[in-house]
Amino acid sequence: MSRKYIFIPAAILIIMSFLFSYAIGEEKIIKMSTTTSTENSGLLNVLLPEFTKDTGIRVKVFAKGTGAAIRDGIDGNVDIIFVHDRTREDKFMQEGYGAYRLPVMHNDFIILGPGNDPAGIRGMKAGDAFRKIAYSKCLFISRGDDSGTHSKERELWGLAGVALEKKKTEVVKDGKTASLEYVYPAVLGEQYISIGQGMGKTLTFSEEKQAYTIADRGTYLEYRYGREQGLDLDILVEGDDSLSNPYGIIPVNPEKYPDIKFEEADMLARWLVSERGQKLIADYKIQGRQAFFPDAPK
Amino acid sequence: MTFFIDSFRSALLLLWHIDKDLLVIVSLSLKVSFFSTFISGIVGVPLGLAISMNNFRGKRILITVLHTLLALPTVVIGLFVYSFISRRGLLGSMGLLYTPKAMIIGQIILILPIITTLTITAISRIDRRYRKTAQTLGANPYQTALVIVREARFGILAAIIMAFGRVIAEVGISMMLGGNARGFTRTMTTAMALEFDKGEFTMSVALGIILLMISLAVNIVLNYFQGKAGD
Repeated sequence: MSRKYIFIPAAILIIMSFLFSYAIGEEKIIKMSTTTSTENSGLLNVLLPEFTKDTGIRVKVFAKGTGAAIRDGIDGNVDIIFVHDRTREDKFMQEGYGAYRLPVMHNDFIILGPGNDPAGIRGMKAGDAFRKIAYSKCLFISRGDDSGTHSKERELWGLAGVALEKKKTEVVKDGKTASLEYVYPAVLGEQYISIGQGMGKTLTFSEEKQAYTIADRGTYLEYRYGREQGLDLDILVEGDDSLSNPYGIIPVNPEKYPDIKFEEADMLARWLVSERGQKLIADYKIQGRQAFFPDAPK
Repeated sequence: MTFFIDSFRSALLLLWHIDKDLLVIVSLSLKVSFFSTFISGIVGVPLGLAISMNNFRGKRILITVLHTLLALPTVVIGLFVYSFISRRGLLGSMGLLYTPKAMIIGQIILILPIITTLTITAISRIDRRYRKTAQTLGANPYQTALVIVREARFGILAAIIMAFGRVIAEVGISMMLGGNARGFTRTMTTAMALEFDKGEFTMSVALGIILLMISLAVNIVLNYFQGKAGD
């Protein structure tokens, strides 16, 4: 085949690929990893379409535990993360993976259990309630997935004075041995079920076993009132200071990963803390109940 | 590349320390997979035999249906069983959900079509003359079946090996019906999914390597029997 015959299809191919990349380039899409709680509560379904309307930027959401969401940020797999675990967020910032962190909103954690409350914790302080569950014979379901909710749960066992045990597993990372830690209240024995799944699954698991668990209010409201068959678990403990649950948004640092879409991620972060974003968050109600409280200073 | 070397070394470390959690996970995986394969074998092989030895109306349709069931997604099986055994379901009072039993039920539905269809295939390859000869020699239907199974044993064992491989590597049913509870229903595959969700990729792949090692061991044993069967 002469060279001329190869040239023509090649030219067409190149032109077409330019056209296609132009067409794709017109629609701006960014990737965001977030916790299952923001997704399961339905908040993002309200916020993100509005953001797209305002800016033309579409957001692809990956809902995971906070641990995995942060990991996505560390690996540069996403442009922005929206999570709730202050300690690990600060570590993420210190290690230089985040461009900046903005406080967006908070809701609170609640301790749930069966309506007849066999451990008798209704209306107690969070720490006392956890201690009482530990010394009852009742089941407790743990997220067990290194999520923000799991971190809070461990914090509360500490607050309750329940001894935590560490199980270390050695693995190799970057050629060096490192250990993975799994922290759990060993005294609870078979009463403590660690399922390693998202918030929604943990709620349905707890309902199934009529067990105690800790959840964020947004997801609980969605599961209790947003579905045909409401979740058969009651709020037994709420409103304690130790149950606060702040969410932060962190665009991934473009100096670490030059190919991430920082400009658009930056727009999303600033839009969330803008007056419009904050008002949408405050107005978001699940069955007439406010689920999140805006945190950005005016 | 270092990632895979890390994972491999982690797998060796886990084995070297005889990690207690790992033992629980591995033994549960094996127990559940053996049970579901065993029960499916007891039901599936005679079923395949019955279908292939008898001519009846709708036989081809039945076989087509069985072949279609090979493509049944684990999520569908999971949901189907879930709706029966959850607290609000028909069998809710039995408290089956999130127990190894629930996983076994789901896995049986998954592999019963595999064992049945592969048994049919194995038997269809057997020369019809075996059956004719057995019948001419005065064998009753039961004895005829025995002759045919003996001739098709190589293929039938292959069907069982394949079914076992399918369930031990399966994650959807184990996650939905078992619930991945640590120490109770956590299997190797759900543990892998969890480590991936946590962002601990090395650990996840390390568990995958161990899963392969165990399947290798199981297959060596089965291969020994298959070799004997093939003699």
